[in-house]
Amino acid sequence: MLFNEPSPLETKVLSRRFGLPNSQSVETFVANEGFAAFRKAVAMTPEAIIDEVKKSNLRGRGGAGFPTGMKWSFVPRNNPKPKYIVVNADESEPGTCKDRLLIQNDPLQLVEGMMIAALVVGAKCGYIYIRGEYRYLIDIMDRAIADAYAKGWLGKNIQGTGFDFDVFTHTGAGAYECGEESALLESLEGKRGVPRIRPPFPAVAGLYRCPTVLNNVETFASVPSILLMGGEAWANLGTPRNGGTRLFCISGHVNKPGVYELPMGFNLMRMIEEVAGGMKGGRKLKAVIPGGSSCPILKAEECDIAMDFDALKAVNSMAGSGGVVVMDETTDMVKVALRIMRFYQHESCGWCIPCREGTLWLKKILTRVEGGMGQRNDAALLHELANNMLGRTFCPLGDAAAMPTISIVEKFRDEFEEYIRRSPMANVAAEESELAVGA
Amino acid sequence: MADPVKLTIDGIAVEAAPGTLLIEVAREMGKEIPAFCYYEGLTQVAACRMCLVEIDGMPKLMTACTQPVGEGMVVRTETPKLAEARKGTLEFLLTNHPLDCPVCDKGGECELQDMVFRYGAAESRYVEIKHHHEEQQWSPVVYFDPARCILCYRCVRVCSEGMGVNALGIVQRGAYAEIAPNHTDHLNCDECGACIDICPVGALTSDSYRYQTRPWEMNHVGTVCTHCSNGCKTTLGVRNDQILRGNNRDRSGINGEFLCVKGRYAFDFNESDERLTTPMIRKGGKLEPASWSDAIRFVAGKFKQVADAGRRIGVVGSARTTNEENYYLQKFARQVLGTQSIDHQRSGDVVTLLDALAGRQNALATVEDLYQSKAVLVIGTDLAQQHPLLHWQIRANWRHHGAHTYSVTAGPVREDQHTVGAVRAAEGQEIAALEQLRAQLAAEAELAIVFGDSVKGDAVRQLVAFGDSLGIPVKYVCLVDYVNSRGALDMGLTPELEPGYRAAADRGMTLPQMLADEHLAALWVVNADPLRDGALAAKDAFVVVQDLFLTATAQRADVVLPSASLYEKQGTVTNVCGEVQRLKKAAQTMGAKADLEIIGLIAKEMGAAAKMGPWMADKVFTEVQQVVAGYNVPLPVLATGGAAQTAPPSAKIGVETDPALIRSARDTLFTSGTLGSYSRKLDSLLESPGSLYQGEDALALTAQ
Amino acid sequence: MTLPPELEQKFSEIIGKYPPQHKRSALVPLLLYSQDALGKITPELVTEVARRVGVFPVQVEEVLTYYSMLHFPKPMGKYHVQICTNVSCQLTGGPELWERACKKLGLGHKEVSADGLISLEEVECIGACSWAPAIQINYDFHHFVTPEKLDELLDNLRQLQ
Repeated sequence: MLFNEPSPLETKVLSRRFGLPNSQSVETFVANEGFAAFRKAVAMTPEAIIDEVKKSNLRGRGGAGFPTGMKWSFVPRNNPKPKYIVVNADESEPGTCKDRLLIQNDPLQLVEGMMIAALVVGAKCGYIYIRGEYRYLIDIMDRAIADAYAKGWLGKNIQGTGFDFDVFTHTGAGAYECGEESALLESLEGKRGVPRIRPPFPAVAGLYRCPTVLNNVETFASVPSILLMGGEAWANLGTPRNGGTRLFCISGHVNKPGVYELPMGFNLMRMIEEVAGGMKGGRKLKAVIPGGSSCPILKAEECDIAMDFDALKAVNSMAGSGGVVVMDETTDMVKVALRIMRFYQHESCGWCIPCREGTLWLKKILTRVEGGMGQRNDAALLHELANNMLGRTFCPLGDAAAMPTISIVEKFRDEFEEYIRRSPMANVAAEESELAVGA
Repeated sequence: MADPVKLTIDGIAVEAAPGTLLIEVAREMGKEIPAFCYYEGLTQVAACRMCLVEIDGMPKLMTACTQPVGEGMVVRTETPKLAEARKGTLEFLLTNHPLDCPVCDKGGECELQDMVFRYGAAESRYVEIKHHHEEQQWSPVVYFDPARCILCYRCVRVCSEGMGVNALGIVQRGAYAEIAPNHTDHLNCDECGACIDICPVGALTSDSYRYQTRPWEMNHVGTVCTHCSNGCKTTLGVRNDQILRGNNRDRSGINGEFLCVKGRYAFDFNESDERLTTPMIRKGGKLEPASWSDAIRFVAGKFKQVADAGRRIGVVGSARTTNEENYYLQKFARQVLGTQSIDHQRSGDVVTLLDALAGRQNALATVEDLYQSKAVLVIGTDLAQQHPLLHWQIRANWRHHGAHTYSVTAGPVREDQHTVGAVRAAEGQEIAALEQLRAQLAAEAELAIVFGDSVKGDAVRQLVAFGDSLGIPVKYVCLVDYVNSRGALDMGLTPELEPGYRAAADRGMTLPQMLADEHLAALWVVNADPLRDGALAAKDAFVVVQDLFLTATAQRADVVLPSASLYEKQGTVTNVCGEVQRLKKAAQTMGAKADLEIIGLIAKEMGAAAKMGPWMADKVFTEVQQVVAGYNVPLPVLATGGAAQTAPPSAKIGVETDPALIRSARDTLFTSGTLGSYSRKLDSLLESPGSLYQGEDALALTAQ
Repeated sequence: MTLPPELEQKFSEIIGKYPPQHKRSALVPLLLYSQDALGKITPELVTEVARRVGVFPVQVEEVLTYYSMLHFPKPMGKYHVQICTNVSCQLTGGPELWERACKKLGLGHKEVSADGLISLEEVECIGACSWAPAIQINYDFHHFVTPEKLDELLDNLRQLQ
């Protein structure tokens, strides 16, 4: 089932089985190259598999963009403890809705990716941590898993290969922070979704403090194609050091919002104009969030850019999780900044001081400014406070809240100043107000 | 031991063991890297972000509380960038803090105040409304003011990791996250107050101390807790002779910062309205107030009369008076009154243990040994209830060193959470049950054995034989009840043994025999209450009682002499492990006198002053050191607030004692013999809803 | 506490997913599925779940109050209407849908109708950004929601009663 028309410009690799009749079944899956990569992997050494994944230039699709092959190579395979495969299907970065489609349309592709990772590290068990709101996907996944067990693709001695593997779904219950890998593990262990001190990283001490391969849905789902196509060919789909395709989730003020599979490094303006049908109502482009709400915002003039990890990093933004939020000239950037901060404040786990207190303070200032009670120094204060969070919090959530705020205030400062100019408090500066202490 | 790591901190080259945290290395160098959440001995949380440091080659600021030293690492702990970061974090922290320092208990000794003083901004830019949540009372002891809390999680960790109680949690999330008690709106816990003590700000406060004083108005006197036999050092906060607080924040002494509910809050008996403040003499069947001189004269006269007549006198000493007093009392009894009938309520078979171990070195464990020994075996006691410091030590040993804990007990005990071998055995059956652990124990490198009063007489000898058969070094602790239970035995407060476990030439009566003796002419009871659950057969006996309160025994007395509490005395006490510690006088109660002085005054009145020597604690202790074997401990250790273990007798004691005389009061955390019944705080806890570890709490506890 | 047989079965199924020494892993799923089956999370359930997975009740409460889909102590309605106003939905009419639903139902954020039938919540991103604005009623997604479609959906809930 698809929620938007596909585009002819798409390069369908991960999504090639989307829309096939009964695409969630073992029958359809196997008839369309399903488990072929697994069969190939069974005959390969772990080193050879890691090598192919390294060659593919696959980088983590959850947002951080860490090279997957390298991440897998960190797992101590000779460790006597059990190893685990954990899938991060806690998709909750605003602007992102691709993992939903990957599970909904091709759940077994994900399972196959897990199985290959399990072959590499010697894991016997995997968990798919799916955000609680995606209950219907848990049901889809559970049915697909049951089907795979019934047909001998999961469980003991899979297809006579001597390889045992069990897969279980695990539901979240509403917490963005659980998308952070160590918080996800805490949550999977039945605790509050609070991040762990790292190192040790999950590769060494993950689920139940055992070596764990933990990747995003799309990352695991990419692995079967890599083995089938060969790492190099897969890498060549994208740009240097940014291999393959990814599912871009285009939303906002475009005519044809949707999830489209495009090569890494696809040009953002083309994405808006040609893939997503151009700007709605012919209005002018104002800004784009290129990879989910935690990524620094791009102004229209910065949007002629290749959508890969390196190009976006070069303009001080990020490719993130592939959530492309397009905003037209009518967009009120103060309202956008406020909405984004409301989100991070709501989702801050509260563990560390700068994130816990910083997000609340920033939200309060933004609420006040947006509500027409801005004070003279508020824009500068927002900028400085966000910088006081940046790089100082326990986990990346603090940065995720700070980065968009800093970029919006920097790039659209006039809009903040305009709100403040109209405020009856415009001439008051924070340190002059009656609540201030000293000075 | 691996080679030390070389690194540079603030331009100074240092070496440290691999794995040492930067914050610790800096501390060793005398540099205090600021931190709220880092706490030595507890797990790392890295939540406060105050300890950020700059490390060459690392793009981000790193937390010194989680960063181990690295070879060649170049670290800077004080730079403009770090000062800016700390200032920013403190500014965040103060946004929702109520800044009610003028009325906050913590004012003056608050880590947040100190930190803002050092790194914070002089002015606030926060003009929004503060998030506020009302203060809550969680138990008769614990109050929580969420607005002041900075979420350093020290309380949560000390409760779960340190105590094994797990009564505190973190609920809600983000800016609304707060600490919560285990029963939604109230606590069911040990009430140890460790959470309050460890709180860096005024978020957790105690019912006893809140709004009582400013910290700088108190004198802080380091002495020894008067309750159980563990002998924790406690620092009493005293203002105008009133004890307002008990804690041990400097982490000195055998207990570090540990104190249980009794050490921290049950000093209130000292201020009880029922304290005796004037001597009383029975006139016409009623106890009437009298002057000290009249009372002393009356007692001395009676004693002399009875002694001269050769009639029988019984003397009952205390497990809560000092070594000096106990020594002085038995000397007076034996040499001036001429009676060998001197005894006290015994609570553990120390005598048999010392006899069985005679001549051995290193066979008695210290409190520190329980933290260091690679394995510990607990027999017939619920340490968490009865000997909380020993429980704390053993648990800390497991937490920090992975020590193995074994237990042989009648019911569930706190050690079950981390035991590697637990056997349930009915009281008296423990020794037989030990065989089930033999193989495991024999495989240990060393062992410390702690046993309660159900192991006595022959069972003690069997236990030592079992320990010998393991073929590994074994140390022992024989549990006793009160602060100086051990010292009372050492000082010869038994008819069969004189000070230092020398056999008495001729035996007098034991305590039960004295009470049963119809012809007893006089009974002198010093800080004990044998008539609480006993009766005196001699209807006409002249009874003198020295006590803090009008106990059951005092109510039967002919003369009652008000005595000072342990917090009002100088002297020494000997704890359950045979470790001697020195008391410091913290307060005084008008009208009461130290027992040593009272005994001295009676002696003087009887013309025995020269024989007895001066009633000064130091002088008596000098005599104790000379006379009592094992007490020749180094004085500088005592003088500096340390503990010195006494040496056991070098030869067999060779005196049979009756095991039936040994009976522990089996106090819990919320009782403490006679003293406990005069502590309002402990009384209020007995009334608190539910008791410890029943129902759901017990289920969860064993399932950990 | 006795659980309905279907929930009891779900409990064994969920607990069976994890190694026996790590049954605490089942905590969040047990609470969420219990809430779905029973309509609410009660203190008795907290105790029961604590017992099942071997933790203190306070540890259940820690988890319970952390996750936004777990509603305790106040339960949500039989039909829980969740309207996303996060950035993609914000750009495409989410806030207007929110205002409209508030007015139409006479409810605010996390409020429940007097009969306990309908509750309303302004939620964070639900992962339907490319098909915004989106809402969820219980676990059912509705994409490209127009004001008219919202009215229809809400009217249907009243009729379902």
